[in-house]
Amino acid sequence: MRSNTGKLVAWVAAAALVVAFVVYMTAQFIRPTAVPAQAGALTLPDLLFYAIAGVTVAGAAGVALSRNILYSALGLLSSLLGAGGLYVFLSADFVAVTQLLIYIGGVLVLVLFAVMLTSRITDVKVSNTSFGLFGGVLLFVAVAPILVAVALLTPWAAIVPAPLAPTTATIGNAFLTRWLLPFEVASMVLLATLVGAVVIARKEIKAD
Amino acid sequence: MISLNHFLVVGALLFTLGLVTVATRRNAVGVLMGVELILNGANVNFVAFNHYVTGGVTGQVFALFVIVLAAAEAAVGLAIVLSIFQTFKTIDVRHADLMRE
Repeated sequence: MRSNTGKLVAWVAAAALVVAFVVYMTAQFIRPTAVPAQAGALTLPDLLFYAIAGVTVAGAAGVALSRNILYSALGLLSSLLGAGGLYVFLSADFVAVTQLLIYIGGVLVLVLFAVMLTSRITDVKVSNTSFGLFGGVLLFVAVAPILVAVALLTPWAAIVPAPLAPTTATIGNAFLTRWLLPFEVASMVLLATLVGAVVIARKEIKAD
Repeated sequence: MISLNHFLVVGALLFTLGLVTVATRRNAVGVLMGVELILNGANVNFVAFNHYVTGGVTGQVFALFVIVLAAAEAAVGLAIVLSIFQTFKTIDVRHADLMRE
């Protein structure tokens, strides 16, 4: 009982400290900039961007908050799909298709296999209970405002973006000229991963 | 008008939600999902800076390397999760503490 009360007091004190810190830092950051946000006309690409960004962030929130691990996997699916859509917005067509093929076709299917192979599907409550929702919210409140403030308030040296053009040929040339060594090292990493995953995951067989 | 800041905010939110997932999940597969979210947030930032600040394809090449390493990490991580499940009959990360004593 005593230790519980002490723990509660410590949590409340930590929360108050973090909130005070965040508020102070945000005030420090926000005050000097009085740039009025110019609101342009809301065009169709803007609406599309907001829709895709919303799907992405909502999927990520589903991964973080869902109790059922299968719903977490579905949230991851929507989040990865949304990120691929954002790459299309950034005229990175090859990266978008790679995201679709490798993340959704490979990684997500692997994750779903792991879910099916490990968790008892019937008692989903056990399989994914997250502890410390309070701590999670605290972490979010501590990290997100700082990152967003840095992203919004730093004067990035932005250029006029290049018009939409296919990038696959350029990326292929870059891989085989300037980035040749990292390319080969990545292939070695994948080979080692292939062998290592098989060695780790297989059942031990006694050789007598 | 969509600008760099919009993409940076989305990347920051993805990163933060991934961090929360890694910190609060008890299920090892959930922790791996959080790592994927973190890598995706970083990737969105790479491609956005490539489009709005540097030009060229360097940022996209780096994003592709990140995707390759994420796939490798997922394969090895899920193999480890399967191994943990065979040993402990659970994938609750709190129960995998044999090395603590």
